Amino acid sequence: MSENLIEQDKVLSEDVIKSVREWNSDQSHDTGFEETVKNFNTNLMWKMVFIVVCLVIIVAVTSIAITVGAVDIEFLEVYSIIWDHICGNVTSSYDYIVFDMRLPRVIAGIIGGAGLAICGVIMQSVLKNPLADPYTTGVSSGASFGATVAMTIGLAGFLGSNGTVILAFVFSLVPTMVIATMSRFSNASPTTVIMAGIGIMYIFNAFTTVLMLWADSSSLNLIFYWQTGSLALIDGWTSIPVMFIVVAIGLVISLLISGKLNVLATGDDSAKALGIDADKMRLFTLLLTGIVSAAVVSFTGLIGFVGLVTPHIVRMFIGADNRYLVPACALFGAALMLVADVVGRVIIYPSALPVGVVMSFLGGPIFLWMVLRRSGSAW
Amino acid sequence: MTDIVIKDVDFGYNEDHIVLHDINLEIHEPGLYCIIGPNGVGKSTMVKCVSKIITPLKGQVLLDGEDVAQMHHKDVAKKVGFVPAFSQDAFSMSVINTILVGRYNHQKWGSRKKDLEMVYKTMKLLHIENLGMRNYNALSAGQHQKVSIARGLVQEPEVLILDEPTANLDVKYQVYVMEMLRAIAIERGMIIMTICHDLNITSKYAHQVIMLARPGKIHAVGTPEDVLTVDNIREVYGINCRVFNDEDTNKPYIVLGSAIMGMAEDY
Repeated sequence: MSENLIEQDKVLSEDVIKSVREWNSDQSHDTGFEETVKNFNTNLMWKMVFIVVCLVIIVAVTSIAITVGAVDIEFLEVYSIIWDHICGNVTSSYDYIVFDMRLPRVIAGIIGGAGLAICGVIMQSVLKNPLADPYTTGVSSGASFGATVAMTIGLAGFLGSNGTVILAFVFSLVPTMVIATMSRFSNASPTTVIMAGIGIMYIFNAFTTVLMLWADSSSLNLIFYWQTGSLALIDGWTSIPVMFIVVAIGLVISLLISGKLNVLATGDDSAKALGIDADKMRLFTLLLTGIVSAAVVSFTGLIGFVGLVTPHIVRMFIGADNRYLVPACALFGAALMLVADVVGRVIIYPSALPVGVVMSFLGGPIFLWMVLRRSGSAW
Repeated sequence: MTDIVIKDVDFGYNEDHIVLHDINLEIHEPGLYCIIGPNGVGKSTMVKCVSKIITPLKGQVLLDGEDVAQMHHKDVAKKVGFVPAFSQDAFSMSVINTILVGRYNHQKWGSRKKDLEMVYKTMKLLHIENLGMRNYNALSAGQHQKVSIARGLVQEPEVLILDEPTANLDVKYQVYVMEMLRAIAIERGMIIMTICHDLNITSKYAHQVIMLARPGKIHAVGTPEDVLTVDNIREVYGINCRVFNDEDTNKPYIVLGSAIMGMAEDY
């Protein structure tokens, strides 16, 4: 409209006209803007610092983790063994322990922790639920059922030594597929997804219990150990490539969609108005997190709390902007898993606690502390 | 400027409960369009059809002649912005980052200085520039509302739709926001549609009023003088009133009387 129209409008006051004109102009620089940019950049810097600190922790804990184990090997000797192995000069009898047992275990911990943490942060964001984690949508119950089938019925025999992993992976994807199919007939709202996930979880748990009732004592022991979750389940280097490829692709996709996750977090109506089909986006992330968490738990067993607690802890430090939260959670989750595994291996040395148990011991109190800290305010 | 044409639109959440019946509306001029009507009459539903948040059961919504149902959400978002009535983010960011989300279609992965400039100018326009680093969920309902309006404005759409933008604001800011929206509509030559419950604020600031009545039909469309009449208000709201002419603005001024029981009630 022409300049005259706004001047002639009897309803508008001079102040409002001036404010709107200022807003509509290209000139905006004042001391307030400089201050805002400064605060914004400082905030950004803290996020970067947090990410770097997580990286440093991972490097530090990794360097300790490979020196810890049931077999007592000197700290420096471990590095000497690794160097010799890299140079192709394997002389130590401990080479197998360090290079084929400890190193894959540590790497699996980093990949697994990162994978479960990014699944947690995405699930919580798209389902708008602080309790959402990779298991909310039934992934754990599906994986648990698959592993139980392999260990009790003996189907693993047909699938070779990786039978448990394969069946756990296949069945952990079933809940995600069921929810995706259900949403075609209903919708993919956060409530629908969570309630469907819980329903599927109960069904799978019932089947698992039935199978366990028929299982012999040795199978029961195996199932129990698997359900506790442990990095000791990692079968040397053979487990690593699949985990790494799936989690790495998952992380890259998560980073690419992290801006969209921010939009989705504002609510479905706002997200649609900003150009994102909220239901399709939620289904896509559900499939993504289903595959990534399946790739992790099928190798490590059920490790709880990483996916649930990591996003909450990281949010306390750097806020809820998913563009930074996703990479920070991946690194923090990796660090947390490594720390829990090291603690589990040293706390009752020479025996060891499974990482799943340590994670629950660590995660439970942290979670309770966070609940108390947040009481009285919106989550 | 974007043209909006709503043609023979019916909408229902299921076949037994049709909310909108045969809605026809054409908007070809920029300005502030206030949508009024009783609760549950389909005001929000109608505007959600325009921004493709929901899809009509029958009929078409055309933006510049293009059927919204056939358009991608992102293409609709480039033309139409929507500010919901209430927004509580599950995991809230700082105010500045919350508003920056509105720049989603303008920015890539990171925020550029241009985006920050737009956000700062808009915060200043709404007098919330001091809240920039505060957590969104730690704000009052009125401050939430201003942040939501800011998020809609930084989107820089050709059409901006606001669902009850003044619902949680104090009297001063109810007036300020409506005056600001009218001024923006004129200054930018854009269409701003807002759902409103205050008839006098509607009368004072709306260029055009769209009055909806039960059961989800357009009762009247026109200038405040044409629409805000004693008869229309009685028929649509079931309330007696007197309508005066405000000498300062030359607009209708409504003094509400008693509710008429058994008329225009919710069902």
